[in-house]
Amino acid sequence: MSTTEKTVPNEAGREAAIAKPRWKIWLIRPETVTFLLLIVSAIVASHLSPFFADAGFILESSTYYVEFAIVALVLTLVIISGEIDLSPAAMMALTACLFGTAYKAGAPVPVAMAVSLLSGLALGAFNGFFVTVLRLPSIIVTIGTLILYRGLAQVLAGDKSIGSFPAWFVGIDYRMVGIFPVPVLIFIAVSILLGLFLSITIYGRQIYQIGTSETAAIHAGIRVRRIKMGLFLASGLTSSIAGLMTTSRLGSVRYDLATGGELTMVLIVMLGGTYIFGGRGSILGTFLAAWLLVIIATGMTVANIAINAQLTVMGLLLIVSIIATNWIYARSQR
Amino acid sequence: MSVVARLFRAREAGILVMLVLFVTVVGLIQPRFLTMDTVRIVLLAVPLIMVAAMGQMMVLVARHVDLSIGSILGFSAIAAGMVFRDRPDLPLFIGFAVAILCGAGLGFVNGLVVTLFRLPSIIVTLGTLSLYRGLLFILSGSKQIDPNDIPEPIIRMAQTSPIGMPWIVIIAFGVALATWLFLTFTQLGRQIYAIGSNPVAAPLRGIRVMPVTILVFTLSGALAGLAGIIYAARFGYVNPGITGVGFEFTVIAAVVIGGVSINGGVGSVAGTVLGVLFLGAVQVALPILGVSGFWQNAIYGGIILIALVIDRTVRQGGLRGLLARGAA
Repeated sequence: MSTTEKTVPNEAGREAAIAKPRWKIWLIRPETVTFLLLIVSAIVASHLSPFFADAGFILESSTYYVEFAIVALVLTLVIISGEIDLSPAAMMALTACLFGTAYKAGAPVPVAMAVSLLSGLALGAFNGFFVTVLRLPSIIVTIGTLILYRGLAQVLAGDKSIGSFPAWFVGIDYRMVGIFPVPVLIFIAVSILLGLFLSITIYGRQIYQIGTSETAAIHAGIRVRRIKMGLFLASGLTSSIAGLMTTSRLGSVRYDLATGGELTMVLIVMLGGTYIFGGRGSILGTFLAAWLLVIIATGMTVANIAINAQLTVMGLLLIVSIIATNWIYARSQR
Repeated sequence: MSVVARLFRAREAGILVMLVLFVTVVGLIQPRFLTMDTVRIVLLAVPLIMVAAMGQMMVLVARHVDLSIGSILGFSAIAAGMVFRDRPDLPLFIGFAVAILCGAGLGFVNGLVVTLFRLPSIIVTLGTLSLYRGLLFILSGSKQIDPNDIPEPIIRMAQTSPIGMPWIVIIAFGVALATWLFLTFTQLGRQIYAIGSNPVAAPLRGIRVMPVTILVFTLSGALAGLAGIIYAARFGYVNPGITGVGFEFTVIAAVVIGGVSINGGVGSVAGTVLGVLFLGAVQVALPILGVSGFWQNAIYGGIILIALVIDRTVRQGGLRGLLARGAA
């Protein structure tokens, strides 16, 4: 990039403003802020407790958040495309209850898992149908399906927990590959896959275009409905994978599995600097934000702040992060 | 123009037909449902939802949404309960004032953050849902307000009154009437509709969008605070981890079923009252039909989606418009 102060004629022969130097563009990106916060919180946390010098401790205590973070990766794409999905936590609960019900009815675990994954796709398709075919706003549709799915989970499981799964299925958070628990590895793998999908495939670029201007995207011949439908399907499928991970970690399912998860998921996406009005955001930001949240939450737990009081911090974080993201985008070039 | 569309042209007529149909069908299956006793139980079930639904309706009319009312209800109920518990010498209305002021204050914060930073209310109130719930845990020290801490007269509000209707029912319909008067006969009330119908045009017509929007959120909070007192009266206890959890979704269900459009600018008190009564009727009908209470939320969610589709059908001018394929 040239950084001279003169204007240069562009191809059309008109005077064009000099592009900002690349380092400046990189510096004022929300992801950069997320990364800096991550560094700062890690330093603060390591002063709180010697545990934090131990990466293994962080990785072990991250499995609860990683379940939501995996869904947050897909939610990032949904929000970039200008929609929102508030139902994944309820989908986690319903698909997990279907898994438990199928297993209790005598299905072997792999079959029950297939039931769960297929039902996740079906629930996602149901959301997508209302949003893309009936063209209803995703905010209210997914509030409706959030209640519906959580309610159906209640119908299936009542107020009892379904458990006694075989030993090999339980305790995914204790299965290690090197120093990494399996859920963390899955999260890293999904991050890389979706990150590549979003940044180097045509579909990824199209998701950004839909979020920037849906009308323009339609005129450019982008199959907006098909892509949005795909995103809602992905959201359902990922939720069922996350639900299975939660089931494995807890060793049983209840209808209130992942209660309040919608907040955690939206929080991770917003912390990662995805623009709530669509068109901007990145998987890298969401990936970093997930670890930021893990460190903050673990730090609060180590500092003996009760889980219930931690809700206060989570709510504040959500509001502050969205204000900061909007402020950064308002001041940087598109 | 299909018959269905014409039927639902007037939203209130539509929801009224749905309510009558529902009551008739349940009554045919189980005649026990069609007694005055049922009416009494339904009326007792709805005040909590109705009071908060009036606030949520105004928020939706202004083209916003308030997800934090469940936490505001819990916070106000705990605050009032602590006043009752720790200062039994104070007159009862102090507890009322504390609940309503706490609610108004928290609602004001919602409105301020939404308007000051121009943020989508769904995300802000999702944040404050969690923030206020955390604060109420800190405020209460995670301790429940027990039945013997709540004064006898408050508990009696849910059971008696001079005219045979429990006080909480009178309060709920009083709030509905006041909301109707406010929205119909005051300039401020009309301005809420104007903001929701066209946020771009509203300031050009001299409407001060920011203060009006903040007022709407403040009212929603204050009414959720009043609902907190009704909760204490009706259930006789307040628990920091239970009270008001998931309440926002029930209220949004009632309001959406009542024909309030989430696209703003459309909604009526009559429709909202009918929507609330519909939810109450479902709640009471389930045990009478011998259906497990676990079905309640699934049915609420289903009804929301049906109401959305009907609303869409009306605006599209019939079923053909509903399924017409767009350019994409």
